[in-house]
Amino acid sequence: MPLPSAPTGVRVVTLDIDGRALSARDSESIIEVCRDNDIPIPSLCYVEGLSVWGACRLCMVEVGGQPRLLSACSTRVADGMQVNTDSERLRRYRRTIVELLLAERNHVCSVCVSNGHCELQSLAQRCGVDHVRVPYRQQRYAVDGSHESFRLDHNRCVLCARCVRVCDEIEGAHTWDVMGRGADCLIVSDLARPWGDSETCTGCGKCIQVCPTGALVRHGTSVGEMVKDQQFLPILARRRQAR
Amino acid sequence: MNGPVKRITVATAWLDGCSGCHMSLLDIDQRLLELAQKVDVVYSPLVDAKSLPAEVDVGILEGSVSTEEDLHKAQLFRSRCRLLVSLGDCAVNGNVPAMRNLFKLDEVVDRAYRENVSTHPVIPVHGVPALLPTVRPVHGCVPVDVFVPGCPPRADAIWHVLSELMAGRTPDANEVTRFGA
Repeated sequence: MPLPSAPTGVRVVTLDIDGRALSARDSESIIEVCRDNDIPIPSLCYVEGLSVWGACRLCMVEVGGQPRLLSACSTRVADGMQVNTDSERLRRYRRTIVELLLAERNHVCSVCVSNGHCELQSLAQRCGVDHVRVPYRQQRYAVDGSHESFRLDHNRCVLCARCVRVCDEIEGAHTWDVMGRGADCLIVSDLARPWGDSETCTGCGKCIQVCPTGALVRHGTSVGEMVKDQQFLPILARRRQAR
Repeated sequence: MNGPVKRITVATAWLDGCSGCHMSLLDIDQRLLELAQKVDVVYSPLVDAKSLPAEVDVGILEGSVSTEEDLHKAQLFRSRCRLLVSLGDCAVNGNVPAMRNLFKLDEVVDRAYRENVSTHPVIPVHGVPALLPTVRPVHGCVPVDVFVPGCPPRADAIWHVLSELMAGRTPDANEVTRFGA
């Protein structure tokens, strides 16, 4: 979802974010201005370099004169805008969003290949999620390990669609799409066929790099795959003895 | 020592966990001496006491609630401890023990005691507590006051929590630890 194109000719606007007077180009979104000025806003689906998706709702901010919250990634700055990126209400919403994500699928960090490198894991810590207050759904999702180099674990997916966008917009292959609704929503490759059978996937691995969690990973990274091959040792030792 | 000082009483137990959180507690090393001066461990796998006293200041639970005995212990701790701490991911979110929730309990038991056993496959029923159909975090059964995520929480994180408790404050463990740790 690209933002509506800005009027031609760049204009500079001044706005207030968390009490700081800032200037920005009128083509910029609130989150871009915040990132430029080291104002932290949590986000999951937003990533610099890809189109705006606006799905995770973590970057919601309060804008003066607006009764509802607006997502900072899909809202363009305007002259005189008053933005509040941090409040008790925002913290409550953000915490709840992360809790719902953790409860929806299997996000057991301790046995995840992305433990320590996961954006959801660090977001949980940042947003004050030290436990999940809703019951876990305990639903099993499929794992697609059919690709020769990569694996898709739907249990770890947060449906940020970064993979969909990077594949379409940067690699130009458009292997990924989103299928289904609600909790049944899934990332699918080539009209929901196994990834290994995909005729469009170029095997570039860009989706692996932008995935914020352990949903898209390279084969060989899980604990069970770390198999050592020590066959060489007795063979070499025997040959040396025979000499 | 300036006369008898009221020492904080602490009780710990491990439910369905691997004891790794208790091991991490022991990893605070020389700080154990400081702890021993300020705290009385009145019930724990680490001490000899066989029963939980009627009143305890701080109760620390490791592990998830997976059996009837776990549930009983969690309820007993809640009723007798002024402050209850969930220590580690199993207690906080179910962690590895809760991964069996994706299967029916009968399937799990069959897998462990029949399918993978070559001699005398038998499902134990005597002397072991009955498994609950669903593994839950401690706060899924009884209210919890302090959450310390991590698998296990690092010794420094546990020390931070204990120090805050000893100072009479309620710690925020999120500053020092996270899920998975």
